[in-house]
Amino acid sequence: MIPAAFDYQKASSVEEAVGLLKEHGMDAKILAGGHSLIPAMKLRLNQPGILIDISGISELNGIKVDGNTLVIGANTTHGAIAKSAEVASSAPVLAATAGVIGDVQIRNKGTIGGSIAHADPAADWPAALIACNSSIEVMGSGGSRTIAAADFFVGIYETALEDGEVIVAIHVPKVPGTAGSAYEKFFQPASRFAIVGCAAVLEMKDNFCTSARVAFTGVADTAFLDEKVSAALENQTLDDATIKAASELAASDAEILGDHFASEEYRQHLAKVFAERAIRAAIANA
Amino acid sequence: MTKMIGKSVKRVEDKRFITGKGQYTDDIILPNMVYAHFVRSPYAHAKILSVDTAEALAHPGVIAVYTGADVAEVNGVPCGWQVNFKSGETMKEPKHPLLVVNKARHAGDAVAVVIAESKEAARDAVDLVEVDYEELDAVVDPKKAAEDGAPLVHEDAPNNICFDWELGNPKEEVDAAIAGSAHVTTLEFANQRVIPNAIEPRSYIGDYDVAHDKYTLYTSTQNPHLIRLLLCAFVLGIPEHKVRVVSKDVGGGFGSKIFHYAEEALVTWIAKELGRPVKWTADRSEAFLTDAHGRDHVTKAEMGFDEEGNITGLRIKTYAAMGGYLSTFAPAVPTYLHGTLLQGLYTTPKIHVDVVATFTHTCAVDAYRGAGRPEATYLLERMLDTAALEMGMDPAELRFKNFIPAFNGVDEEGYVTNVALQYDSGNYHPVLQRALEMVGYEDFRKEQAAARENGKLLGIGFSTYIEACGIAPSAVVGALGARAGLFEVSQVRVQPTGMVSVYTGAHSHGQGHETTFAQVVADKFGIPLEHVDIVHGDSDSVAFGMGTYGSRSLAVGGSALVKSIEKVIEKGTKIAAHVLEAAEDDLEFADGKWTVKGTDKSIGFGDVSLTAYVPHNYPAGLEPGLDFSSFYDPTNFTYPFGAHIAIVEVDKDTGKVSLKRFIAVDDVGNVINPMIVDGQIHGGVVQGVGQAMFEQAHYDEDGQLITGSYMDYAMPRADDIPMIETDRTTTPCPHNPLGVKGAGEAGAIGSTPAVVNAVMDALSPFGVKNLSMPLTSESVWRAMNS
Repeated sequence: MIPAAFDYQKASSVEEAVGLLKEHGMDAKILAGGHSLIPAMKLRLNQPGILIDISGISELNGIKVDGNTLVIGANTTHGAIAKSAEVASSAPVLAATAGVIGDVQIRNKGTIGGSIAHADPAADWPAALIACNSSIEVMGSGGSRTIAAADFFVGIYETALEDGEVIVAIHVPKVPGTAGSAYEKFFQPASRFAIVGCAAVLEMKDNFCTSARVAFTGVADTAFLDEKVSAALENQTLDDATIKAASELAASDAEILGDHFASEEYRQHLAKVFAERAIRAAIANA
Repeated sequence: MTKMIGKSVKRVEDKRFITGKGQYTDDIILPNMVYAHFVRSPYAHAKILSVDTAEALAHPGVIAVYTGADVAEVNGVPCGWQVNFKSGETMKEPKHPLLVVNKARHAGDAVAVVIAESKEAARDAVDLVEVDYEELDAVVDPKKAAEDGAPLVHEDAPNNICFDWELGNPKEEVDAAIAGSAHVTTLEFANQRVIPNAIEPRSYIGDYDVAHDKYTLYTSTQNPHLIRLLLCAFVLGIPEHKVRVVSKDVGGGFGSKIFHYAEEALVTWIAKELGRPVKWTADRSEAFLTDAHGRDHVTKAEMGFDEEGNITGLRIKTYAAMGGYLSTFAPAVPTYLHGTLLQGLYTTPKIHVDVVATFTHTCAVDAYRGAGRPEATYLLERMLDTAALEMGMDPAELRFKNFIPAFNGVDEEGYVTNVALQYDSGNYHPVLQRALEMVGYEDFRKEQAAARENGKLLGIGFSTYIEACGIAPSAVVGALGARAGLFEVSQVRVQPTGMVSVYTGAHSHGQGHETTFAQVVADKFGIPLEHVDIVHGDSDSVAFGMGTYGSRSLAVGGSALVKSIEKVIEKGTKIAAHVLEAAEDDLEFADGKWTVKGTDKSIGFGDVSLTAYVPHNYPAGLEPGLDFSSFYDPTNFTYPFGAHIAIVEVDKDTGKVSLKRFIAVDDVGNVINPMIVDGQIHGGVVQGVGQAMFEQAHYDEDGQLITGSYMDYAMPRADDIPMIETDRTTTPCPHNPLGVKGAGEAGAIGSTPAVVNAVMDALSPFGVKNLSMPLTSESVWRAMNS
């Protein structure tokens, strides 16, 4: 498994990385944790002429709370997020999600920014970030902008990043203390990616749901906010019948993927099962 | 001196492995070495219209590119086992060329090889070799391959049939027995194709020393001497004494490294052509595509029972894939390693098995952990649990009723089966009895009933297996078509200081021979374990050997070792008698010294060794030295057996199967190192669970391998497996000196049907009786919802 020859440059700041991207254009790829890009290069599915290594840029690393927002640097590893006290208190569903990504080695090396830039349709982060109403801060040669997570994932391995843009951070509104949240995942047995991953963030007043965001990954070309399920929960008392009825709507507007691990029909069924599991788990920890 | 045999001595080889100091073939770097990378067919079946190497040759660092035309005069890779058609006609044995000439016969078939100064240059230049293919229709299913009109893999094998074969009682007798049965259980199923997945990919270095006209092949093989024989005598036609084959540390084989592969012969041939060492190491994608696969049977089985549940007859028809070419032992696997095991542990009075071996546009299929015996066991054990369900009997009771009664093989005859074997010794009730106690069978059935009330699906599955190990008596296998003897060789060289170097033809690629063999030597000589060194894997230092597979190392190689040990002691006794001025008969050898019986006069092992090499005061006419070799050819196979029980839970919502408990009670005869045997059982069980629940080499209809990476080929992981609960009974092998039977494959043979039976038991409320492996969540969910 030998990649095609490539040049390598280590960037020491976001500006430098952006400059290098501008200089090399489509020939360049950003290297973060390398856990998606390097295997693709070894299989020669991806043959960039130059890698711009951003792993040493310290401003991209780390987790902080800024007022009502949790800010996770793009270079932060899954493992660091899983273990972070700030994440556990501000957006526990992200810690839960981080904890079921890959295995220990992958979590200690792979980064949140790298994962979402790669936009694997079965990756875990997208559902959780969408359910948390997060936004992605990116920087390009024209300056920085933020993109709502729900708009960021466009298709299979496709994002709303423009050419020359680098992901800087993920901004997550603090999940209110009255909210319950959960990420429930059905593992693909070989890759341990999600056949179906469902993230639910429910703001609750006793048993009454004031706001619901239920999002899926793995089900379709891209992760998505399931508006039907969310609407069926919002402003409802979440009794058994309501939960079941809402779950039955899962992924009903999606174009469902099928492969040799899960056909379209089975995935659709799993979306309902995991919607219900995520909703119930979210209620339980509200 | 503490006894070593029977102790869980920590593995001496692990120090180098866990400190990263093992020496695998890819670790070897020779001066002036060049690197090979293969151009492989992306199609399962294609005409090769042209191969243009010009651009690749012009790539910086590229030294040569060889195509099929360059090696057209070289022999192909031979098959080591001949099975004839029922008609007596010889099996179809098409040439397996080192590089294909005008046709590719499976995805990954080698079309050309690029040799370059670096791995990187070789890999880059592979993309520059232009091959013009004309894609043809392919067939991947072993049964469909035999249908009229199926695309042919080899033009000279009509209907893709390599051979057809039968064994057992006359078919009419079996037909009559089944026709007269009170109940007949019928199952049709596939024993799916799996990929061995050794952690170390195959790796070879060919080297040619022009000064001595001598070749060296470094290879990740399980049997260096056999590779040398095949390479010299069949492929390259070079004299055997001019070839050294070295196989140092090997990172797992599971059978897939038994066979002689085309790449081994090619690097050796090219090394002479170029006058430089040539290394090739498979990448993981190549390992998926080209390491010989396992299993791939499509079977219909019918088992008859009388009113009491006694088995009356068994009739089997199996289509077994050979793949695109015949691998070294491929024909033996579905025949003499499968058909012969269909007696199982049962008194089945009439058995007939019919096997059709077919070529398919796929990677070759050959022996994989258990090799034929897992397929036989899967068949029998699925039949037993299914029959119990159909007849409303308890599956454990049905087995007890049909078990062959105990026999020790010493004063009670070995059991003669209807399928050509005579079991050595067996006592089958206790293993199942013990497994039932361990699982708490009665309590489990109560728990299961209660769980069902609560909508929880628990299931229990049984498997009582027998296998044939200690491969094999040469005359017997020769009569059955083997083109090699299957004895083993040892040399015990006692050094002048009393240290012992052992050279064994067995080969360790994970089994721990350096520990177990040393335990045997240490005990027999009464010397510390540290005084023994086990050498294997080098044809220049080990006289000969047939390698390691078929759980044969200790039963056959260990027996050869004991023979040499006995010769040393016999000669040592002569020396000791001379020095002690006593008659040989008056001496006894124990605890590392010879003592004149009834006196305190003695001489130690070290002093006798020194005397043998400094023979100043020495018996007249006795040769100096203390160094003996032995060949050991077993008189029979060995027959380990056991009872495995699996408990599973099925998630009603998703169909996901969770293995909750696994109980393995095995009888592998005497045990030298219980820890290593436990490890072998654990590893085997997990591999068998892998086949039941996860693994499948999935080719699509065009012959593309869909599961060609770890993103798509599911392997069992630690968190899929509960603590495996093991126990043993001990029924020694009566015909080898250590009384050992072999433990390497038992786990993989017993576990697969236990898991599948457990899932069927869990699904019995849904009326589900038969599902294909692997038991994926979707297939189980569909079964519950259809």
